[in-house]
Amino acid sequence: MSQTEIRQFNFGPITTHAFNKDRTQVAICPNNNEVQIHQRTAGGWSLIHTLVEHDKLVTSIDWAVESNQIVTCSQDRNAYVWNFDQTNGKWKPTLVLLRFNRAATFVRWSPNETKFAVASGARCIAVCYFDEVNDWWNSKHLKKPIRSTVLSLDWHSNNILLAAGCADFKARVFSAYIKGVDQRPAPTPWGDKLPFNTVCGEFSNGGGGWIHSVAFLPSGDALAITGHDSQITIIYPGQESYAIKTNNLPFLSLLWVNENQLIAAGYDCVPILFERQNDQSWEFSKILDASSKKKNINESSTAFNRFRDLDARGISSRSGSDETELKTIHQNTITSLRPYNGTPGDISHFSSSGLDGRLVIWNFQSLESQFKGLKV
Amino acid sequence: MSNTLRPYLAAVRSTLTAALCLENFPSQVVERHNKPEVEARSSPEVVANALTISRNENERVFIEPSVNSIRISIKIKQADDIERILCHKFTRFMMIRAENFIILRRKPIMGYDISFLVTNFHTEQMYKHKLVDFIIQFMEEVDREISEMKLSLNSRARLVAESYLLELYSK
Repeated sequence: MSQTEIRQFNFGPITTHAFNKDRTQVAICPNNNEVQIHQRTAGGWSLIHTLVEHDKLVTSIDWAVESNQIVTCSQDRNAYVWNFDQTNGKWKPTLVLLRFNRAATFVRWSPNETKFAVASGARCIAVCYFDEVNDWWNSKHLKKPIRSTVLSLDWHSNNILLAAGCADFKARVFSAYIKGVDQRPAPTPWGDKLPFNTVCGEFSNGGGGWIHSVAFLPSGDALAITGHDSQITIIYPGQESYAIKTNNLPFLSLLWVNENQLIAAGYDCVPILFERQNDQSWEFSKILDASSKKKNINESSTAFNRFRDLDARGISSRSGSDETELKTIHQNTITSLRPYNGTPGDISHFSSSGLDGRLVIWNFQSLESQFKGLKV
Repeated sequence: MSNTLRPYLAAVRSTLTAALCLENFPSQVVERHNKPEVEARSSPEVVANALTISRNENERVFIEPSVNSIRISIKIKQADDIERILCHKFTRFMMIRAENFIILRRKPIMGYDISFLVTNFHTEQMYKHKLVDFIIQFMEEVDREISEMKLSLNSRARLVAESYLLELYSK
């Protein structure tokens, strides 16, 4: 696969998606209470399983690639861990004891897949671990300084630290150390002693606004956060932090390609690359959507259209033409970015899904070489 | 198009584009509910600052954004009593058929003539730029519509008066 691969599903928005280990199957929520698992075939993707256990919108899915378990959470306040039953070829759900009284909004497996964290609208995060004695998934709540819905989570590579972006304009780093499950962690820049519910940091982005996404640097030494003010802040604990101000609409998802490159996507419907310049400041690098660039040039050349739009509708050149379709690959907000190929810290392909029902697999390496000549 | 209309519509357009960044957000107050926060007003932190864009004292737009919904209220120009009546009839006609307009609110908010309520479910189904276009087009055409109605009302009144007086004259 060399180029960008686009798959349009016919059921409306994709809430979220997650791939399995060898990327032959993808779990997708078609903006309702179901989770669909599609298998890659010669001609595209075909539906092989439908997981129905939730009774409200499924908000987040994560696939533990090594242990082959899926965790899903939903606005019906529940989360399920799904195990594949080889004998009858079906996915079997196990209810997780979340003890939430509001919707669950986001879920992520920890890097070594012994735990997962579920965010919720009940102003808390449940860190869930498998209780061997009772044979169920038990949870402990991170509650203390959270004052609104938690919108996103990300695990540190050491399996202990957990970052959370909240609707109270703050991003926080917690310790999710669970005795009996985790080894004592090595000291990190975020702190040395990490009992459960230690708040290792509380950050806000400059302009305020809900924190839509958080992402740890692959090495775990920094945290990127982005909020509704369209600003990306990269925080190095104990050192200065970098704020990247953009003219774009807000971002909903962040993905680290490597230690020096970060991809953000959201309401602008295109993934945007940010880069660290000479180990110093962080800057906007390019838009990773070849189709959006090409057509803009064509359009601005027709002066007639421009003046007509200006006169008839009070709009300046680019935005709002007679065409219904956008010039980008995604036709609506991109809601999630996931690594597709490569190791954490060196990603060669990534996937994105959005409200337009498209699942796109981007070849980052070929995109980058394609854009090299275009740099001004 | 007059010179003040253009920057006015451009300001409304860019504000709407920025404000229509909505996501699915379950209620923090009532479990298993999902309500437009701009209407429910149950959690203050998810409702953003409201904004008024005025062209003059009679024409303005009031935009109230929140995390999963946005309310747009329009004050239509009404210079005299006839325009006031026409505007009232016109907006009432639309608002009793609000479900056909999908994003129209059944009642305007206080001090405005017509209100729209756009939720994340609308932005999931429809192109965002087309939603913005629809509202801008509505703002443009409602003025034209009302002044046309006023003209035809006046000419009809003239016609009626003429034929009435002709009757008197012939007797």
